[in-house]
Amino acid sequence: MNSKGASTSGGDGTRDSSAPRRNSKKPKYSRFTQQELPACKPILTPAWIITAFALVGLVFVPIGLASLSASEQVVEIVDRYDIDCIPEQFQNHQLAYMQSSQTNKTCTRNLIVPRKMNSPVYVYYQLDNFYQNHRRYVKSRSDKQLRSKAYEHVTDSCKPEDKANGSAIVPCGLIAWSLFNDTYKFSLDSKVLEVNKKNIAWKSDQDHKFGSDVYPKNFQSGELIGGAKLNASIPLSEQEDLIVWMRTAALPTFRKLYGKIEVDLELNDKITVVIQNNYNTYSFGGKKKLVLSTTTWIGGKNDFLGVAYLTVGGLCLFLSICFVLLYVFKPRTLGDPSYLSWNRNAAGHPS
Amino acid sequence: MAQDRPLLDPSPRPPPAPLLPEPPIRLDPAARSARVDRISFVADTPVPRRGSRADSDRLAASQRELSDDDARLVYINDPSRTNERFEFAGNSIRTGKYSVLTFLPRNLFEQFHRVAYIYFLVIAVLNQLPQLAVFGRGASVLPLAFVLLVTAVKDAYEDWRRHRSDRIENGRTASVLAGAGAGGRQFQPVRWKDIRVGEIIRIAANESIPCDMVLLFTSDPTGVAYVQTINLDGESNLKTRYAKQETLSKSVDMEGFTGFIRCERPNRNIYGFHANMEIDGRKVSLGPPNIVLRGCEIKNTAWAVGVAVYAGTETKVMLNSSGAPSKRSRLETHMNRETLLLSGLLITLCLVVCVLAGVWLRNHKDELDYSPYFRKRASPDDDSSYNYYGIGMQIFFTLLMSVIVFQIMIPISLYISMELVRLGQAYFMIRDASLYDEASNSRFQCRALNINEDLGQIKYVFSDKTGTLTENKMEFQCASINGVDYSGGKASLPGDGEAYSVVVGDQFWRPKLLVKTDPQLVRLLRSGGERGEGMRAREFFLALAACNTIVPLTVETPDPKRKLIDYQGESPDEVALVYAAAAYGFVLVERTSGHIVIDVLGERLRFDVLGLHEFDSDRKRMSVIIGCPDKTVKLFVKGADNSMFGVIERSINLDIIQATETHLHAYSSLGLRTLVIGMRELSRAEFDDWQSAYEKASTTLFGRGGLLRAVAANVECNLHILGASGIEDKLQQGVPEAIESLRQAGIKVWVLTGDKQETAISIGYSCKLLTSEMTQIVINSHSKDYCRKSLEDAIAMTDRLAAMSLGAQNTITGTESQRVPIALIIDGTSLVYILETELEEELFKVATACDVVLCCRVAPLQKAGIVALIKNRTDDMTLAIGDGANDVSMIQMADVGVGISGQEGRQAVMASDFAMGQFRFLVTLLLVHGHWNYQRMAYMILYNFYRNAVFVFMLFWYVLYTAFSLTTAITEWSSVLYSVIYTALPTIVVGILDKDLSRKTLLKYPQLYGSGQREERYNLKLFILTMMDTVWQSLAIFFIPFLAYRHSTIDGSSLGDIWTLAVVILVNIHLALDVFRWNWITHASMWGCIVATAICVIIIDSIPVLPGYWSIYHVMGTGLFWLLLLGITVAGMVPRFAMKAFTEYFMPSDIQIARELEKFGNLNEATASEIPMSTFSQPQQGFI
Repeated sequence: MNSKGASTSGGDGTRDSSAPRRNSKKPKYSRFTQQELPACKPILTPAWIITAFALVGLVFVPIGLASLSASEQVVEIVDRYDIDCIPEQFQNHQLAYMQSSQTNKTCTRNLIVPRKMNSPVYVYYQLDNFYQNHRRYVKSRSDKQLRSKAYEHVTDSCKPEDKANGSAIVPCGLIAWSLFNDTYKFSLDSKVLEVNKKNIAWKSDQDHKFGSDVYPKNFQSGELIGGAKLNASIPLSEQEDLIVWMRTAALPTFRKLYGKIEVDLELNDKITVVIQNNYNTYSFGGKKKLVLSTTTWIGGKNDFLGVAYLTVGGLCLFLSICFVLLYVFKPRTLGDPSYLSWNRNAAGHPS
Repeated sequence: MAQDRPLLDPSPRPPPAPLLPEPPIRLDPAARSARVDRISFVADTPVPRRGSRADSDRLAASQRELSDDDARLVYINDPSRTNERFEFAGNSIRTGKYSVLTFLPRNLFEQFHRVAYIYFLVIAVLNQLPQLAVFGRGASVLPLAFVLLVTAVKDAYEDWRRHRSDRIENGRTASVLAGAGAGGRQFQPVRWKDIRVGEIIRIAANESIPCDMVLLFTSDPTGVAYVQTINLDGESNLKTRYAKQETLSKSVDMEGFTGFIRCERPNRNIYGFHANMEIDGRKVSLGPPNIVLRGCEIKNTAWAVGVAVYAGTETKVMLNSSGAPSKRSRLETHMNRETLLLSGLLITLCLVVCVLAGVWLRNHKDELDYSPYFRKRASPDDDSSYNYYGIGMQIFFTLLMSVIVFQIMIPISLYISMELVRLGQAYFMIRDASLYDEASNSRFQCRALNINEDLGQIKYVFSDKTGTLTENKMEFQCASINGVDYSGGKASLPGDGEAYSVVVGDQFWRPKLLVKTDPQLVRLLRSGGERGEGMRAREFFLALAACNTIVPLTVETPDPKRKLIDYQGESPDEVALVYAAAAYGFVLVERTSGHIVIDVLGERLRFDVLGLHEFDSDRKRMSVIIGCPDKTVKLFVKGADNSMFGVIERSINLDIIQATETHLHAYSSLGLRTLVIGMRELSRAEFDDWQSAYEKASTTLFGRGGLLRAVAANVECNLHILGASGIEDKLQQGVPEAIESLRQAGIKVWVLTGDKQETAISIGYSCKLLTSEMTQIVINSHSKDYCRKSLEDAIAMTDRLAAMSLGAQNTITGTESQRVPIALIIDGTSLVYILETELEEELFKVATACDVVLCCRVAPLQKAGIVALIKNRTDDMTLAIGDGANDVSMIQMADVGVGISGQEGRQAVMASDFAMGQFRFLVTLLLVHGHWNYQRMAYMILYNFYRNAVFVFMLFWYVLYTAFSLTTAITEWSSVLYSVIYTALPTIVVGILDKDLSRKTLLKYPQLYGSGQREERYNLKLFILTMMDTVWQSLAIFFIPFLAYRHSTIDGSSLGDIWTLAVVILVNIHLALDVFRWNWITHASMWGCIVATAICVIIIDSIPVLPGYWSIYHVMGTGLFWLLLLGITVAGMVPRFAMKAFTEYFMPSDIQIARELEKFGNLNEATASEIPMSTFSQPQQGFI
């Protein structure tokens, strides 16, 4: 800016102003510099407002209905088993029961299928009150180590599960350490229902995030056992349960995919589940649930989206009607200069 | 804060504009003859003014002997000796602030003067502690680093430019007298930077002066040199400087020249210099006329030789090159209040988090040891805890961490955005073609970059008159000579051929400007005769031609036989008078230091100038003593009427005096500037008395000014009246319309002028400031009690008028019930008794009740006092506009100072925040640019608060579901980039380009300006409403996905990506709803930012080592994701949109109606154009 240059430096200014007037400083005209770029000037006219609200309402209500019906189609069986799977005599000593290696943790549950469930039926475990999003927890992993054997020793972020017996733990960190280790065996009328545990993890994780040359090492070899053990001869990229677990949940109540049952389940089928109740959620008041569910385009069972869309859509329709009424009963000519405040008093308009 | 700014001329202020400066004259004691050898043309030679303490200090200072401590000793032509005792600065200058080495530390140091930056630095440092590491190292420092980098690059570029200009400046060459080297003493070229104090420098014509130097010799035998000071103070006329007689007699090659100069320490007063020179054992005193300053140029003088006394950074021009003044805008002050509120909110959020975290930790105390997600205990054997320091410490850490996580509640990017937006706004103001002044070829100048938006909130405009409302191009209109008015009813402008010209040899010299002549008067002059009438008229014009300080210059024309005489002088009035005299045949042809040559009706006569008494504001007149060719000695005096009538002999010619007084009254009610001219013939005895007194006074070393004034006052008495002159100062183009627009805009225009009351009132009429239907209250008092009474009467009057119009409104509602407008006219004498006394309060009451205030005969400091009267008592924004040095104090006092780059030099511009060529540009500046700037900046600040708060609230809701452990689902990079990249550009673009109304509408309905005055676009209520909306929107952003994914397999990163995109889309849609004008740049930035965000999120999720690898791809593949984004956007915007639709339609603001008018206006065009005009009466015309 010429003015600035002239004011900040005496020397500079000297030459600026001594320049003769041979060239005019008149600003060149352009629509940009004169702030006259072609522009659209939207104004909220009654027609626009009513149309906008009505349109939103008309779009949202069908979407809401569609979502609701999609959610309705989902068949979901939820069974909380953490309390029931503790024998009567241990109910007051849950922790001791879980921590003891002597006790038998096997537990059998029966589930009735309420509606026909089309294959694939997804098997989830749901944990409540488990803060997989706790700051201490989410940080406790080493993505470098998971990817490549070369970074095996990169365990700084994994404390206190970084090293065991002086050498690095693979996979290190609290997340891996606390790997869920309940197992479910399903049978239908004493016939085993196969649970497919392949392809339950994201393929992107298997291909790029968990190395195929990284093998579990030193895992769960410390004094505290947090959860499942891993087969040291299978590379991490094939350990799908671990990969699913390591994708930490966003919320303290979450589901993780356990496997898929690839047969249809009929109405009133009685499914027997044999649960190895190994995972200790009792120490922090967590709940464990087994979930069987089908899916539709909006995912699992969730009425919220439909309700929300219906509410917003309904509200918009209501507003659009309100505005119609308001415009009918209190009309105002747009752009009438007699409404300008300085004209209003003089012209006798009520202010 | 205004007082903190450096004044160009800190101690005394130059006299008020309208009257005439005069040079001091001193008889040379060395030369026995009554020859005059020194005349100064310094208009601004400090003169004492009544009531100004600074002046008396100054007087005292000038009488003080320079003590050794206060002085510097310069040995003439002996730079090594000069420089061995004191370390004087060399002549190299350095305006660059930084060097390569010091750039980083100094620039950072300066940037961290901003409190906000310290805040972000502290947070970045906190984040480096391992216990608090919320963000990674890089991510935490990035925003601050980015902001610092942008500013540093900007500073570095500016500094580089300064360095470049320094290099050029330092590399120029000048001729310096070489030491006693081989080949004798001669001048050799030396680069400017190598010049040292004490060296002898020779300057040729049209060369710049490299340093401040005392003149020793010039090509003129009398030692005169003309300098042009345009680079110093912008005044384009020539000023005269003198070498001392004592040095003139020496030889130019300095053979055997010894002496030293004892001068005051370097200071920034460009109109003052105080020194004495000892040469050959004789002490000679030096003053401002003996020094030439760096930056000036030598003109009309073949060469000049001087000795360097101040060099480089110690020169006056460098000491005066202060940066642009820094003020803080009203909006920014308010913004700081809301920033404090936001800090409070931030602290509340942090406290809530840390209290809840404490409660949670206590409730889960027993479970923490082994719970998989906490694992407090490292191993079962020892008791040691891992990364756990007890509940108290954990709470404390949580508090600090929450501050880190929620830090952007205080919008760091806002500061840099505001600077960029102001830069953009300044660019558009400078480039605005309608603010360009063709006449002076000057663009609009933005000297202060941080008060753009204040232009939209002005309530009071204080305007100077001369040069601001008027052009300051004086034109001789009429004269009253010997009691006869020659108003020139039949006056005609002479054609090129018939203009009066002087024959010099075989050449014709003609005055450059032509003036209308009155034929009757011309006849009278030509008819000659020794009759009283003709004699008086001739003496009148002789006085006009002689009693001044004008220098005639001859200018070549294409025709070698013709030359033009160009009169150069300080005072436009004098120039006008001399041109007038020339037109009537009294052509001032030549001025040397001792005599003037006047062509009197074809006869070239030489007059000796024996004495010159300069103008001062006590006497308000100037006089010359002229030795005429017929050996008579005459005293010519001209001055303001009230001062002149005091010294005119009233016992004779009483009828002439009375007639002249009548004419004067008539002239000034026409808006003309009047001067009275008188003369007296001095007898031999009187002249001898005067001469001895004058000689004594002028050889006194200290207190000379006072003594000279006394001598002048002694001789200026018992004058015969010759007549009076009327000079017109034309109104600038468009002034009446501009004033009317400003008045419609609810801006009160006050005019503060040094002119007489009648002149001021008539100008007031001609520029529509005053109208005939106004009730005028005139306060014109000479004592305090009288003032008090006048004020009380005035208050009673305004109350009565207010009650009257109120009553009128009650009885006849709905019809035109215009309030009776009141004008207050007050003069400087009354103000002396009012300002800074208890009467100020009364004046304030009266003045604010009046529609127009006109202050006449005010001194510069009184102008500032009147501005302060309003500024200190109200919150209203004030703007002062002026063009002269006498407006500097007022410009600096007001919230916004505007300088007119006109005829009177650049002091006003140098002190101003904005500068422009014409008064009428003020309308465009305020009503259009001011309105836009205010509207844009106000919206941008609110929006930035909203934008960052919505993000912080969203993080906060999530923290409630993470056991208060301050996890963020959004990746740290997105958090950091949010305010810097994801959402920064659209708000800047909108802040620079958006216009609520077109220029045409704003100019058509000046009342729309009221929105800024009433602070409609930024206030606490709007802030609170925005914050409520913010909370709702953050709830929508957070809880819609939260509830939709409540019991699902969603992982943190995927949900984080949804939130990131949702918040960016929502805030951009929010902005989009509020944009008034969509041009392609707005579209590009708005949608571009959303796309850029998506790209950034995709890139971040494509890095395998980050935990969120590939989440966005997975989540984008589901229909739910898209439904959620749509749902969030609509649900978030519905309340705001509905409110906006409702208020815009049922409670429309003026701006809204005007916008509709702009779009659908053709329907109502007829009524629209009629109404705003009807509120104003017909303009007053016909006076001029």
